Amino acid sequence: MKKIDLARALPGGRRLVIALPYLWLLVFFLLPFFIVAKIAVSEAILGIPPYSAMFEWVDQTLNIRMTFSNFSWLFSDPLYITAYWNSIKVAFNATLFALLLGYPMAYAIAKAPSHLQPTWLLLVLLPSWTSFLIRVYAWMGLLSNNGVINNFLLWLGIIDSPIQMLNTNFAVYIGVVYSYLPFMVLPLYANLVKHDNALLEAASDLGARKWTSFFRITLPLSKNGIIAGSMLVFIPVVGEYVIPELLGGAETIMIGKVLWQEFFNNRDWPVASALAVIMIALLIIPIMLFHRYQNKEAEQ
Amino acid sequence: MAVTAGARRQQFQADHDQKKVLLSIRKVTKYFDEELAVDNVQLDILEGEIFALLGASGSGKSTLLRMLAGFEAPTEGKILLDGEDITDQPPYQRQINMMFQSYALFPHMTVEQNLAFGLKQDKLTKDVITERVERMLKLVHMEKYARRKPHQLSGGQRQRVALARSLAKQPKLLLLDEPMGALDKKLRTEMQLEVVDILESVGVTCVMVTHDQEEAMTMADRIAIMDQGFISQVGSPVDVYESPNSRMVAEFIGSVNLFDGRIIEDQEDHMVLQCADLDCPIYIGHGVTSGVDERNMLFALRPEKTLMTREQPEGEFNWSSGVVHDIAYLGGHTVYYVRLPSGKVVQSTLVNTERRAERPTWDDPVYVHWAGDSGVVLRS
Repeated sequence: MKKIDLARALPGGRRLVIALPYLWLLVFFLLPFFIVAKIAVSEAILGIPPYSAMFEWVDQTLNIRMTFSNFSWLFSDPLYITAYWNSIKVAFNATLFALLLGYPMAYAIAKAPSHLQPTWLLLVLLPSWTSFLIRVYAWMGLLSNNGVINNFLLWLGIIDSPIQMLNTNFAVYIGVVYSYLPFMVLPLYANLVKHDNALLEAASDLGARKWTSFFRITLPLSKNGIIAGSMLVFIPVVGEYVIPELLGGAETIMIGKVLWQEFFNNRDWPVASALAVIMIALLIIPIMLFHRYQNKEAEQ
Repeated sequence: MAVTAGARRQQFQADHDQKKVLLSIRKVTKYFDEELAVDNVQLDILEGEIFALLGASGSGKSTLLRMLAGFEAPTEGKILLDGEDITDQPPYQRQINMMFQSYALFPHMTVEQNLAFGLKQDKLTKDVITERVERMLKLVHMEKYARRKPHQLSGGQRQRVALARSLAKQPKLLLLDEPMGALDKKLRTEMQLEVVDILESVGVTCVMVTHDQEEAMTMADRIAIMDQGFISQVGSPVDVYESPNSRMVAEFIGSVNLFDGRIIEDQEDHMVLQCADLDCPIYIGHGVTSGVDERNMLFALRPEKTLMTREQPEGEFNWSSGVVHDIAYLGGHTVYYVRLPSGKVVQSTLVNTERRAERPTWDDPVYVHWAGDSGVVLRS
């Protein structure tokens, strides 16, 4: 009832407010996606732009040329499948590490005295105030053979020769987990801080010790925070380019890097576009599953 | 101390001696930082009784309850349950269960799972748990809702589940924190009696906390009035209402007219108070006699124990003239606010036994009078 009245009272303003973000999404997300999809079904040619046109008007006939050879090419070369698989594996593991690190952090912040919580949250966000690139370079300085960590261990005499850390998967994980940790901590904190302490007291009153209360009450109730945080880490990490490029080595084949190579080294825009389209498809599946789950939850 | 002592009290005393003390609160004091929350409370709760801690917010009643549950530790003093010192026991080891004001039902579990939670912690077998859960559901008439989640239940249903959950482990002592606080008024009166029925059928000892005196008087066998962390009076509902021992208790429970008076006569069988607000002295059918040095006393008179008439009462005691200042018609009874010549306003309750009877109205001259044993003399 109330909703209908509101809609009647402000139809114009309401539609405008909703239309603006949709317009934004249309112009800057959906349209570019269609352009990418269009390039993905064209052929690579030498020229500017370096792909064949989709529509041709010849002898009063409209020719529509679509080729799916780019997609079949992606599946014929194991490089691309490996890259996809690696990206998903790295993103999955990184999400898991970020969760294992971020959950205790979010929990500690949510349980801290309320006047200290803003300070703790600020500390989580503080690194984001400097450039992402600079922070990744800082890790290079820390991890390289001649870097801070190796020099310190050499000085202590724990090791005789530098450990190869930079340009390994290990470095990629450090970089990714470090960079995306705030995206895990913030939604988890937002969830955990809302928990009713009376529930834990009730659990304790009914005979549950601390860990039982945590696993039976706190953890299940923070499920939505875990899912939200994991999505915010997993999705961008799959397409991550900068971190594997700077911290990873030859063994680190991730889709972002491969995509970049196709675009800039091979100048094969159609194949690169096909790569991007498949990546989006891969990411949309978990997002849609997540949304369906959320709607179900809301219906209950 | 209150100056009346009746047969009822003696009867209660006899009961008190027979029954076993289940919970003993010994000189419990609680400070939060520098702030005194509970002040040297000494209480014995008997087996099987429903005991209410009644007080305004901030009176320390909730803190005391939380110390019984084990969520707060006393700064000083001991708590004994069935003779065993449980002062340092954590909540999960105490054979005490609590029904929370917010009910604190686990939102991600069904009604059944909520009830089974405590039983699972005791490592009971599956059959025992299933049987007990069913019995509890039956006890609170919630069999049909076993598979629902808390948010699919109404307020009253949630309360039943919360009660069943706190009874499921068959605790020695049940704690109720503002049990009716989250219900609307109509449901509240219904549930008060039902909860008492359930508690009595189980036979559990119960300590409840409430700020609602009606709730305390409906449900409890004994009431402790708490004020600023201190227990002002302990007694049956009749005791605390009819024989309050202090101005605070008299004012907290129900409405009361208070008169400052001065003793002009004090004998074994009667006393007379002179009161500046009243036209004539107050005669009371007993004395305070022994050992009272101060002559200034407080006379507490409940509105329903006064009578209001248009004719001047006979006799030289216990009445005063006045004018009707205000009228509050409440359906079942009407409260008249009568302004005395001194300016003091006195409340007088009239039960509306007749429909639309002719009654004094605003600014009518009236007389308020009462019998010699209607009020209570308190030290001012």
